[in-house]
Amino acid sequence: MKTMKKFAAMLLAMTMALALCACTGGKPGSGLKTLEEGKLIMSTNAAFPPYEMKKDDGGYEGIDVEIAEAIAKKLGLELEIHDMAFNAALTAVQNGESDVALGAITVDEKRLAVMDFSDSYATGIQVVIVKEDSPIATLDDLANADKIGCQADTTGYDYCSGDYGEDHVAAYDTGALAVMDLVNGAIDAVVIDNGPAEAYVAANEGLKILDTEYAVEDYAIGFQKGNDALKEAVNAALVELKADGAIQAILDKYIKAD
Amino acid sequence: MLQPLIDWLYGLPFVQWLIKLAPRFHTAFVEGDRWQLYLKGLVVTFEITLVSIAMGLVLGLFVAMVRTAHDQQRPGRRNPLLGVVNLICKVYATVIRGTPMMVQILIWAFVIMRGERNKVMVGMIGMGVNAGAYISEIIRGGLMSVDPGQSEAGRSLGLGYFDTMRFIIIPQAFKSILPSMGNELVTLFKDTSLVNAIGAAEMTYYANRIGGKNYDYMPPLIGIALIYLFFVVILTWLQGKLERRLSQSDRR
Repeated sequence: MKTMKKFAAMLLAMTMALALCACTGGKPGSGLKTLEEGKLIMSTNAAFPPYEMKKDDGGYEGIDVEIAEAIAKKLGLELEIHDMAFNAALTAVQNGESDVALGAITVDEKRLAVMDFSDSYATGIQVVIVKEDSPIATLDDLANADKIGCQADTTGYDYCSGDYGEDHVAAYDTGALAVMDLVNGAIDAVVIDNGPAEAYVAANEGLKILDTEYAVEDYAIGFQKGNDALKEAVNAALVELKADGAIQAILDKYIKAD
Repeated sequence: MLQPLIDWLYGLPFVQWLIKLAPRFHTAFVEGDRWQLYLKGLVVTFEITLVSIAMGLVLGLFVAMVRTAHDQQRPGRRNPLLGVVNLICKVYATVIRGTPMMVQILIWAFVIMRGERNKVMVGMIGMGVNAGAYISEIIRGGLMSVDPGQSEAGRSLGLGYFDTMRFIIIPQAFKSILPSMGNELVTLFKDTSLVNAIGAAEMTYYANRIGGKNYDYMPPLIGIALIYLFFVVILTWLQGKLERRLSQSDRR
């Protein structure tokens, strides 16, 4: 019987071997070794204003971009940004295809199981965007929503599908698409981080953000699991940048106090 | 006797590495009864495939008949109304075949049918209209491949245009259409995965969500690839059987 089991396990393993062509990621270096000498490669999803967005000339700007630039400067590295889908940005850093992942990434239990995080550098709030004449007036009304739009694979999607069920949540590639469908009337609400939410509401007529917050979370920089050398270096840089007010200045530059 | 060999293989680091993958597949498919989500998505995938192939057949047959009827008119006796309808059909086929399906689906969802809540239906329409253009070319090719003499013979025997089509042309064209039609069905079945981009909850959509939730995309993606492959192999096998059945009359 035991032989059978082992044999079955082996057979299964071989089937997987055929189906797979997975590569193991780069090893965490000793000292401050990054993937490419002299470069700090950052994976992100540059469709999340004001944290990261694409400039018309093809470059990138935003809070995370400037913070990453400041950190890279402190570490004597040159920042290189790789733009991809949000989930791909997380997977890239896990697999060692990028050194760091920045993108208003919330630290949560499940992510901590597969990747490491720096100290938090900003606070994010999950808010609810609705149309101005929407019957959804408070967070409790969200339970009556037929469809809630979220950006795919964000914590917002995670909370909503957990709280209201898979059938009442629609995942979009970008937050902007979800907001477009809200404007078109195909969904009843969008749950997304406060930063982009304000940008979307400013850009589209007839939308508002509910006063009640859905969730408060911490943004941090993601690393491949076990990449402690880089994590320590980045944390040290963050401490300095916080102390001299550089981070606050970047936040103030993009988020207008009101 | 096999025991030492199995033990040796079992001890190999490579095999050990593969066995370590088992929990990842367990998380992606078994934990929290997630397989039900894949199944739910698979049902929607089939629904989209069936509805869009049916739509495509109706649209394609109409377009193909208009275009062959137009092309096979006798010189000097052209029907102007047919000419207009033919032009519309031609524009339809050109636009649909000349733009990527992904772009078409996005346009259906966010431009033409914006505000529509049922994204699966939007996907069906987008895929159906797309299939119609390709199927029309398949059917047209089939109809044109039947010797014009066949249709002339039918007409000279006193059959009307539609009776000639129904009893003489279509049965003969069917055989040459079938292989390409089978390919179209397989393509359509696989391309349903594109509608996940507009939030239509089919199998790829759920696989992406599950991958996102567990931060592990490998098992769901490999899993659904195998599911797609499984059904494509079955469809291809069925198509082969039907073809052999239809070609029985050829072996004389």
